[in-house]
Amino acid sequence: MHRINRRQLLPSSALALLMVSPAARATIIKGGLPWRPGSADPPTVVTPGGWHYFTSQEAATVEAFVDRLIPPDPQTPGGKDCGCAVFIDRQLAGPYGRAESMYMMGPFQPGTKQQGPQSPLTPAQQYRKALAALDAACRSKYGGKGFADLSDQQKDEVIEGLEHDAFKLDGFDGQSFFHTILTDTRNGFLADPIYGGNKDMAAWKMIGFPGTHYDYRDWIDRHNQTVTLPTVSIYSHPSWSQQ
Amino acid sequence: MARRLPRKDAVIIGLGWTGSILAHELTQAGLDVVAIERGPWRDTASDFPISYAQDELRYRLQHQLFLQPAQTSVTFRNNAGQTALPARNWGAFMLGNGVGGGGLHWNAETFRFLPSDFVLRSHLTQRYGDKFLPEDMTIQDWGVTFADLEPHYDEFEYLCGTSGTAGNVNGQILEGGNPFEGPRSRPYPTPAQKQGYGHTLFAEAAKQLGYKPYPQPSGNLSQSYTNPLGVTLGQCTFCGFCEWFGCANNSKATPQTTILPVLLRKPNFEARTESEVTRINLDRSGKWATGVTYVTSSGEELEQPADLVLLCAFQLFNVQLLLLSGIGTPYDPQTGNGQIGRNFTHQTMSSAVAFFDKDKYNFNPFIASGAIGMCIDEFNGDNFDHSQLGFVGGGYIGQVRTNGRPLESMAVPSGTPAWGLKWKHALRDNYLSSMTLGGACHASFQSYRDVYLDLDPTYKDRFGRPLMRLTIDLHDNELKMSAFLTDKYAEILKQMGAKEVIKQPRKGPYDITDYQTSHLCGGAIMGESPDNSAINRYLQSWDVPNLFVQGATAFPQNAGYNPTGTVGALAFWSAKAIVLQYLKNPGPLVHA
Repeated sequence: MHRINRRQLLPSSALALLMVSPAARATIIKGGLPWRPGSADPPTVVTPGGWHYFTSQEAATVEAFVDRLIPPDPQTPGGKDCGCAVFIDRQLAGPYGRAESMYMMGPFQPGTKQQGPQSPLTPAQQYRKALAALDAACRSKYGGKGFADLSDQQKDEVIEGLEHDAFKLDGFDGQSFFHTILTDTRNGFLADPIYGGNKDMAAWKMIGFPGTHYDYRDWIDRHNQTVTLPTVSIYSHPSWSQQ
Repeated sequence: MARRLPRKDAVIIGLGWTGSILAHELTQAGLDVVAIERGPWRDTASDFPISYAQDELRYRLQHQLFLQPAQTSVTFRNNAGQTALPARNWGAFMLGNGVGGGGLHWNAETFRFLPSDFVLRSHLTQRYGDKFLPEDMTIQDWGVTFADLEPHYDEFEYLCGTSGTAGNVNGQILEGGNPFEGPRSRPYPTPAQKQGYGHTLFAEAAKQLGYKPYPQPSGNLSQSYTNPLGVTLGQCTFCGFCEWFGCANNSKATPQTTILPVLLRKPNFEARTESEVTRINLDRSGKWATGVTYVTSSGEELEQPADLVLLCAFQLFNVQLLLLSGIGTPYDPQTGNGQIGRNFTHQTMSSAVAFFDKDKYNFNPFIASGAIGMCIDEFNGDNFDHSQLGFVGGGYIGQVRTNGRPLESMAVPSGTPAWGLKWKHALRDNYLSSMTLGGACHASFQSYRDVYLDLDPTYKDRFGRPLMRLTIDLHDNELKMSAFLTDKYAEILKQMGAKEVIKQPRKGPYDITDYQTSHLCGGAIMGESPDNSAINRYLQSWDVPNLFVQGATAFPQNAGYNPTGTVGALAFWSAKAIVLQYLKNPGPLVHA
């Protein structure tokens, strides 16, 4: 959905737009604080249903993968049921997946570990390439079975192999993919549920993080006591009607 | 061809802490001032209201309040033998963007440097002899003393409402404060913040070991406070979303909560946002600035003539604009000549992770403020004898954990696998009872001949201008210091009752992907002579006297504290010199 940029809105008395072109966002602020109603910039909340970036085969692989990285147990759902694959899918379909904030000008050349990743591919392109290579490598090793169709033990074997650079992918650094998907899965598990993972704040409840409360003044002096406030997310406070 | 705008008395480049302070002081003196800011206007109601300010993914991981590398980045290498490559994403430091600058997203630790920090080379050579310092260490005296700056530290703290416990008022050492601090003329404007369980336990353990813990001076206020400008800040609520975030509460001292509500109402001030200065213009002599050229977000190029130019951008961009504008001589690491880009420093950070018995300890790490915490100063600066240690410098050591945000709080004991049920259960069993943070040992970073800034020969920004190139690595002095400080911190954690402590001293090589702090310093340093500095003791350019360069750019080396208190004090000190001396007789305030 295209959201109207609040800085393209009409000027108020405290804020005069520099009339240099219709697309101008540069502003002159004079005479007071430039506050206008309706100018907030809330987060984009993930909506359930369907895959926005992954193909159904990619989605099956990622769901299987995240459920081994964070398996279910009797108290807390695993990566799949927490929505980690949905989280990654929505991230890859958005600005993060398109590397919109990254410096992507060339030349691209490999550097030292300390210089950081230097790939010309966006995160979304990297996933596409790595997932195809992962499935191909699994098929060749496990009699034609893709990652999602392996037994749990075989899946763990593959993940361990990627982690320790023993299971090689054709045309992609499997170890670096392991680190990427591990980080993204953990982030999906523990980020606010508005982004598609951490369903019902399951991960926050598991660790004891009460969520996005904004005031602990009643608790600062209560040392070493369990906080009994209800767990809340950005859009799940009982007193809010959003969602 | 740039469209030429009507002349102003002063143009300010960048509207963060220093730009706001200078704008306020100069408009009070009657000048007509314009500030040109690269990023957008930002404020509580629109950008970080209480309904969604606490979004860790958006603000901490995806850096939405910051400069985006797509706008401009830097290149980095460890030494001159390597090819510098661009930072494609941010890591080791974060660069602010927009009104408020770094003052918007900081944790608000509001320290003063030690008196000896300002005369570092003289002090160390006097105490330890001429041969004590490594040959390639280029530290020097600042040209300004703690006594010069004390009234201005005071001004900045009273602007912010800083919460703290004084340790030394006019030479009298006071219980509960930092006994090592330089003498202050009066106590902090508001009392210290309350402390959480972990912070309190740390202070008790430190006391048992004979140290004198003090509460970290905090710009997250312990109570509501009205500053001398008449602007009121609220009481901090310990939300645990401070650094990297905007404060939804108006309880963090920022330009927005202390100066801008007054400044923006003045008839002789205006701010232009989403407008990036691309160069400082000089007259034909090359020794006098005529104003600046900038580009708006719609792509129009404008020229703003002005009598006085105040360079108030972030440290890296101050240096970049000097180099791009041909002001001063670029530093040459081979010969040591040239001042622009020299003595670039960062901060030497280290920590230790501690795990406690989960049935006995619940730290509730999410109950915190940005500058909460208890610190000790026994191993900061030259507060301890270095003669047998093989290094100089030091830092404060503290339990200063600012949050329990889940994505940043995944520490698990050693031997835990990185994934699977064992990982999941270790996370579950340690979140509330572990102590993790990046900045337990917050230490100095001395300057060296081979650590510097210049313009990259290959990589460009979106205007086609060369990116800043960072050549930086950690030297033995900092690595030894970090190991020493980390050991001291680990001893206190053990005294607190930790069952496992994993030490994380700073290791080389310097890594651009590993967050340290955003305390980049130097590159156009202040000093006593144009032979060893870019700007004089009033932050005035030696080369172009109607240009003043503000911020940590001026630090000849970085001390073992967060820099903002000193940046604020220097801004007030410089503003006073401009108003009381420069405006009466525009020209050099110090004759070389």
